Amino acid sequence: MSSLSRSPWVLHYNATSCNGCDIEVLASLTPMYDVERFGILNTGNPKHADILLVTGSVNEKSAPVLKTLYDQMPEPKVVVALGICASSGGIFAECYNVNGGADKVIPVDVYVPGCAVRPEAIIDGVVQALGILEAKYKNRRRGAVSCAR
Amino acid sequence: MTKKNIIPFGPQHPVLPEPIHLDLVTEDEKVIEAVPSIGFIHRGLEKLVDIKDFQDFVHIAERVCGICSYMHGMSYCQTIEQIMNIQVPERGLWLRTIWSEFSRIHSHLLWLGLAADAMGFESLFMHTWRLREYILDIIEMTTGGRVIFGASKVGGTRMDINSETLSYIIKRLKEIEPEFKEATSVFINDYSIQHRLRGVGVLSKKEVYELGAVGPVAKASGLSSDARKYGYAMYSKIDFEPIVEEDGDCFARCSIRVKEIFQSIDIIRQCASQICDGEVSVNVKGFPTGELFTRVEQPRGEVIYYVRANGTKFLERFRVRTPTFANIPPMVKALQGCQIADVPNIVLTIDPCISCTER
Amino acid sequence: MDKQEFIQIEHNSLLEKVYNFSQDGYRLVQIHCTLLDTGFELNYSFDKDNKFVNLRIIIDKDQEILSISNIYWSAFLYENEISNLFGVKIKNIVIDFNGALYQNSKKAPFAEPKPASEKKE
Repeated sequence: MSSLSRSPWVLHYNATSCNGCDIEVLASLTPMYDVERFGILNTGNPKHADILLVTGSVNEKSAPVLKTLYDQMPEPKVVVALGICASSGGIFAECYNVNGGADKVIPVDVYVPGCAVRPEAIIDGVVQALGILEAKYKNRRRGAVSCAR
Repeated sequence: MTKKNIIPFGPQHPVLPEPIHLDLVTEDEKVIEAVPSIGFIHRGLEKLVDIKDFQDFVHIAERVCGICSYMHGMSYCQTIEQIMNIQVPERGLWLRTIWSEFSRIHSHLLWLGLAADAMGFESLFMHTWRLREYILDIIEMTTGGRVIFGASKVGGTRMDINSETLSYIIKRLKEIEPEFKEATSVFINDYSIQHRLRGVGVLSKKEVYELGAVGPVAKASGLSSDARKYGYAMYSKIDFEPIVEEDGDCFARCSIRVKEIFQSIDIIRQCASQICDGEVSVNVKGFPTGELFTRVEQPRGEVIYYVRANGTKFLERFRVRTPTFANIPPMVKALQGCQIADVPNIVLTIDPCISCTER
Repeated sequence: MDKQEFIQIEHNSLLEKVYNFSQDGYRLVQIHCTLLDTGFELNYSFDKDNKFVNLRIIIDKDQEILSISNIYWSAFLYENEISNLFGVKIKNIVIDFNGALYQNSKKAPFAEPKPASEKKE
């Protein structure tokens, strides 16, 4: 494992979530569930982040914000869609102002089900994201080595 | 000669769990005007009444907001029941009261944690959220959900709490109360917290009344407004007085929430001692006709539910005015004239719940 | 909440009535709009010592009304909401978002009637 996937920093953005998933994201950072034991740290700055946690589906106004945050993150990066709304729109899919899941705007690597998503599921999703982050990191290095040759 | 600057605040900001954007017009360090712009989480769920029937809509009402989810579901059911003249069995009403108070405790602890985080008091944030898990454990034990309970339905509640569980809850509350006292006393007594909150964002009693503030924002300025006093669910049989502070600053708003946690624990005890046996729900026949407003006291203040029904299975109009919507104008007023470093504290002390507000 | 009073008024006497309420010390609770077959119904709710009173006006679809935000400052959010979601034209709002408080994806979504097939059931 590279040092990157042993201390990934996460950024959380609420696209149109009802709050249920957001507070569970925070709950998974606090003592009871404590993802910090995997070396994960919550950050508010997209330029420090390796993993983007998206909650809630995407609407016209939040889509550009989400896209900007994603673009500001350095490579390699992984996106985790937390909860059914971020995955597909969920119970709000039929609303006029909901465009669908986060994958309408940015590429999503891990989908985590639940309404609201449970902290155990969040941890599972983030740990899966670590594997993807590691693979992306290795691919990049291989690409960089072959370019140098 | 000072120059005016406009500082954007949000939508993605470390102190904000939810996206709201403020344009802060500043002169040096002083904010002279704040213009809110919202809409990042607008879904338009009121329009869903056109395609979801009035009983299914409970699920959507519960997802107006994930923090006071239960109270939203309950307020909706209460409104429909009153229109249709459904008499909910007494035990169902007692259970609703108990779950409402549990959501209040969980919401206030959540807020205290966020407030501590905003002040840079990381360890206190972790501590209050650890205590919040005790309450969530009780909620999960009784309903199966952690934040969205799914315990309401039109005509009563979906599940019952048996007597062993109820006595366990009371025992558990007794165990955890000293821990709550210990952690929350930091908010009241700590020097650095007082330094950050005292005298910041002051709203007078006259201002909060004219601006239509509700809940802890109004109570902190000496305005005793508490919709629980209207006696919905079983509040008419419960002995309590709304907690009121006089100072109207951020500290008063914080201390209201601390005190309400213990008030809620007391209300749960009163419920457990008075609860009666029997059914928890009745069957619903027919469709609603008519229109009605309902008021319910949520952790953030009074929520208004309005329903207009025309005798079909789809409602004609559904409207919810959430407490944060009423508290945004007072927030904007409190921001005028504050220091830029105090903006996060003032924004947080109204306990903004943006997903409620925008629906 | 037991008693709910509804007072139907003409739209041109709205400001006068609202001003009287503000002088009597009423608090603005909320404003909402409902789509009718021919126009809109606006409902202004006030409260004083647990007395809940609603002022109602009915307007045509493209009729312009005056804002009450100069009397009750906090009304600006409600009025912006109504002009965004229903497309009601409201003049003189103190902080005017020009009909874009929440969203721009769909113009006046709440002014659309219900889907006809579902209305029959």
